[in-house]
Amino acid sequence: MWKDNLRGIYYIALKDMKTYYLKPPAVSWGIVFPVAWILAFYLRSPQDFEKLLPGLIAMTVLFSTTAAEAVVINLELRLGSLERLLLAPISLPAVLLGKALGGVIFGLIMTGLVTSSSILLFRPQVNMLYLALILLPSLLVFSSLGALLCVMVKEVFEAQTLLNFPRFLMIFLCGVVYPISAMPVGLMHLAYLLPLTYTVDGLNYALGINGNINIVVDIILLTAFIPIFIFPAAKLLAKRFA
Amino acid sequence: MDKTFAIEALNLTKYYGETLAVDQVNFEVRRGEIFGFLGPNGAGKTTTIRMLSGLSQPSAGAIRVLGYDIGSEIVEAKKGFGVVPEYSNLYGELTAQDNLIFAAQLYGVPRQQRKRRAEELLETFGLLEKKDAHFATLSKGMKRSLTIAAALIHNPQLIFLDEPTVALDVVNARSLRSLVRELNRRGVTVFLTTHYLEEAAMLCDRIAILLQGRIIVIDTPDNLKQRVKAEHACEVRFAPMPTEVMELEGLESVYRVERSGAGFRLYGESMPDIVQAVFTYASQKGLEIVFISTTSPTLEDAFVQLTGIAPEVMLVEKGVK
Ligand SMILES: Nc1ncnc2c1ncn2[C@@H]1O[C@H](COP(=O)(O)OP(=O)(O)OP(=O)(O)O)[C@@H](O)[C@H]1O
Ligand SMILES: [Mg+2]
Repeated sequence: MWKDNLRGIYYIALKDMKTYYLKPPAVSWGIVFPVAWILAFYLRSPQDFEKLLPGLIAMTVLFSTTAAEAVVINLELRLGSLERLLLAPISLPAVLLGKALGGVIFGLIMTGLVTSSSILLFRPQVNMLYLALILLPSLLVFSSLGALLCVMVKEVFEAQTLLNFPRFLMIFLCGVVYPISAMPVGLMHLAYLLPLTYTVDGLNYALGINGNINIVVDIILLTAFIPIFIFPAAKLLAKRFA
Repeated sequence: MDKTFAIEALNLTKYYGETLAVDQVNFEVRRGEIFGFLGPNGAGKTTTIRMLSGLSQPSAGAIRVLGYDIGSEIVEAKKGFGVVPEYSNLYGELTAQDNLIFAAQLYGVPRQQRKRRAEELLETFGLLEKKDAHFATLSKGMKRSLTIAAALIHNPQLIFLDEPTVALDVVNARSLRSLVRELNRRGVTVFLTTHYLEEAAMLCDRIAILLQGRIIVIDTPDNLKQRVKAEHACEVRFAPMPTEVMELEGLESVYRVERSGAGFRLYGESMPDIVQAVFTYASQKGLEIVFISTTSPTLEDAFVQLTGIAPEVMLVEKGVK
């Protein structure tokens, strides 16, 4: 049973990789957008760009995973091929995990490229273990968040539009462009409810800048966000096919 | 586990909000049988297949497929059946062969067998030349064939076909039907839906006629035809034409009247009695009979008779016995 599920998760992610990674909505929101945003920040202030690196990597994670989810989920919802996966001898949560894994791998490729080139260019002090321990749950969290929002709508463009609300909310509130410590108290509380805050904070520790929470807390909270997104996503998907 | 039945449905019911799509349906499909669900648009055929294959939850009732309870043992059951949905829904970006291989991976076909199995199926469905063509570029008929091939990748004991020949031309539909028969000969149980009576009659061992979510009748095609033969039809045209259908309806030995072209079609149990009644009626009313013929009812008539569906105006129901 679990063997069937693992096999399903693996092959679904593999197929999605081959099939969808180069689809325009994945490329524009998952690759072009983060790269353009990063360049814009660099051109504006090359001297303290290093301080912005954790935020920009976090943003790359957020955009790449969610953009991929919209493609792997909504293209299939629209064409009805998602049904094929639900008819296979795999549990529905496993189908959704396969879809989430597709987003994780896409995000991993993008984030890996952005992170390694920034490390080579700017040579910050890197703690590889921290980096891995923050990036891995983060990729899963935002991929799951993407899955959750994507199963709510049908079309890819609807999904991308819906995703832009949490994306931009988190970019502005979670310390990517503006430090949380300098925010009004109300917004600060809101920021602590959003997962990207912990990704940015954790990446600060990983890249030799002091964060203001705690790396272990960051990792634990990020991990806790995964089921918060993935279980309701599975519920919603089941309801869609009720 | 009951070995005689491939499918058992007990009081199967499905509501979509207020809409009652399937209404307390009961039936069994024996192993090795070709069983057809015949019904007009919106009868609930697809809804039934979706429930039987675990894709949607029944509002009430119980289902066993291949001996497994669909509520609790769905994953095990799925290993033993394949589903061909109403719309061909393979992946447009993958080639014909890759689509089959992906299906093999999902269904746990052992790695060494996947490619061979895919090739066998491509061959069977005449798609070997198209194995490297993307699904999106195939013709509608080829898409249908490949979708069916994908449902067979794991050698299922049971296959669900939702309107398998829809959108196929006559030649392709025919070859598909012989393929279904061939599968069945090899022991695969077939559950299919269709709204072609002819197709159901040609293929199925038994047919369930479904109307507005309810099963009207379940029987063999022969028995169904038998029922129709019991009802004779007489087509007649008068001059001048009577405007009141009611009078014709009132005739003894006529139990149903339909308008048919410029005349009427009268149904009854005994042809001599109907003809007698028509002549008596005509002479009483001073009408001339300009045309009269007895028509042997078509299978469509059978369907119309059993389901009572036809545009309201065309059909005047009169308590068929
Ligand atoms: N997802 C859904 N939401 C709401 N109503 C639905 C849904 N699916 C089907 N229905 C309704 O249920 C009824 C049965 O539909 P179903 O698709 O099962 O019919 P069908 O016999 O397959 O028809 P067709 O020959 O057109 O394919 C219809 O009234 C339809 O409108
Ligand atoms: Mg249908």
